[in-house]
Amino acid sequence: MHVAAILRLVPDTREELEVDASGRDIDREWVGMRLSEFDDQALEEAVLLKERSGAKVTAIALAGEGVDRLLQTAVARGVDEVVRVVHDIADSRDTARQVEALAGALHRIGADVVLTGVMTPEDILGQLAGTLAGRLGWPVFNAVTSVAAEGDGLRLRQEYSGGRAAIFDVSGPVVIGVQSASQAPRYVAGSKLRQAAGTPIGQEEIPTRAPAAAAAITGLSLVEAGGQAVSLEGDATTIAGKIIAILSEKGLIGA
Amino acid sequence: MKILVYIEQIAGQTAGITGELLTLARGLAERTGGHVEALIASDAPESIGGSLAGADLVLTAADPAFAQYNPQAQAALIEAVIAARAPDLVLFGYTTMGMDLAPWLAARTGRPLAGYCIGLEPDGAGLKARSQIYGGKLIADVELPLPAIVVMAPGAVREAEGRGDEPAREAVAVPPGLAGGAVRFVSAQAPDANAIDITQVEKLVCVGRGIGEQDAIEEARGLASALGAELVSSRPLVDLGWMPKERQVGKSGRTVKPRLYLTLGVSGAPEHLEGMSAADLIIAVNTDANAPIFQVAHYRAVVDCADLIPEIVDELERQGLSHA
Repeated sequence: MHVAAILRLVPDTREELEVDASGRDIDREWVGMRLSEFDDQALEEAVLLKERSGAKVTAIALAGEGVDRLLQTAVARGVDEVVRVVHDIADSRDTARQVEALAGALHRIGADVVLTGVMTPEDILGQLAGTLAGRLGWPVFNAVTSVAAEGDGLRLRQEYSGGRAAIFDVSGPVVIGVQSASQAPRYVAGSKLRQAAGTPIGQEEIPTRAPAAAAAITGLSLVEAGGQAVSLEGDATTIAGKIIAILSEKGLIGA
Repeated sequence: MKILVYIEQIAGQTAGITGELLTLARGLAERTGGHVEALIASDAPESIGGSLAGADLVLTAADPAFAQYNPQAQAALIEAVIAARAPDLVLFGYTTMGMDLAPWLAARTGRPLAGYCIGLEPDGAGLKARSQIYGGKLIADVELPLPAIVVMAPGAVREAEGRGDEPAREAVAVPPGLAGGAVRFVSAQAPDANAIDITQVEKLVCVGRGIGEQDAIEEARGLASALGAELVSSRPLVDLGWMPKERQVGKSGRTVKPRLYLTLGVSGAPEHLEGMSAADLIIAVNTDANAPIFQVAHYRAVVDCADLIPEIVDELERQGLSHA
């Protein structure tokens, strides 16, 4: 079994975001990029799968600023190989072209199981797992919370709303959108990171073509801060008093 | 516009988003002179409960392969139905199943897709969608040429009451060989009956990633205790193993509607808002003045939870109001 863990750097939505001059994208100059939190979970699950079943794991990422360091971190966390995919995609939200590049790289490295995050903050034109699976003609499972080797295939757990879940066995190639790993992503010591910094990074160059019919993001707008909420002003002591007054007035405490 | 709506089922009933999707589809069809078809796949489609009013026709696919949800079998069916019926628009809900099926079909059929949609309107020869992006901090306008696939966020459409009579049904052909696929359903898992049912609790204190370090969970638990509330959390803290799964609110957790929902360091990703925005009273606390949670809150406080929590606990004790 050859597992590919697809990793993506995405804008850190904890930071303040602004719309750029084009009006169609965020201003990326000052926004920090971080590993997509769900890709972080997918990477952990891929490494767990390796440790429990002996699967080979290759981490793959589309080339870009910070990606080499991201891939070296993946090595420190336990993947066997890393591959940077050189591409010609201008918009990080263009799922269709990302999938074309990644599918080409997956074909070249011979991966038969793909783990990636269930979503990112900017995949509004299609989540990667389903789009990639459709292109490859493989089954897909999203919102997966555990993956384990079972016989010649995999056993995985898929979650639904309301606390429900189902267990599936899958034989043959599959794409899995991971929601959470079987355990929290591991801490990596600085010494391991330094050791991994010298790891050679494989490279695949995959040209892409614009799809015949594509959705287009024509505008972005910031959601008005605060909405209709009444603002509780003051220092922590003052705000605490106001919250208690509201709760008392609503009969939620003191009855 | 010819519209196909994919109907999800949960435990023999149509899923909660069904009425919203059919209401949206009906409205679009009336504005464009179109037609709405709903597709339901089951081993026994006639036994599925729930209204499908709003559709002009219900397409039923009956096969043992549909006895339980199986993404490979469902996707193969919908791909065949799209090829046969050529809808201009296929609608899904933003659910686990919608995430499995919609992008897969978009790739297979070459149709553009817009997800996380909170609004959808005809626009010339195509559609204009409004979608949540970047954790709900921004809204994107998306132009879609037809034919297209759209995934609607739950709660984006107010379900119309009295959508009319139940539509006629028509059986559709099921692609051969679905039962012999690479995917085998093993078992279903229901929520733990012995775990706390947070949907039945009147007061909830919810912690999110902005709470800080794990030690802060105990501080928040103390506040919940003082308020006579239960402590719940958003997904990231469950993923970190800081909070148990049965106390997770949101898309992949539980949907709650308490009298009080006090959030501490919850940013308000769309997946969380889906599970709590109907609470009677929402008080949101976050250091980020632009946190999306404030969009659904009744009261907002931009303050550090570490400073605020002990102040509330102390004041409750001072006033003799603490439940702890």
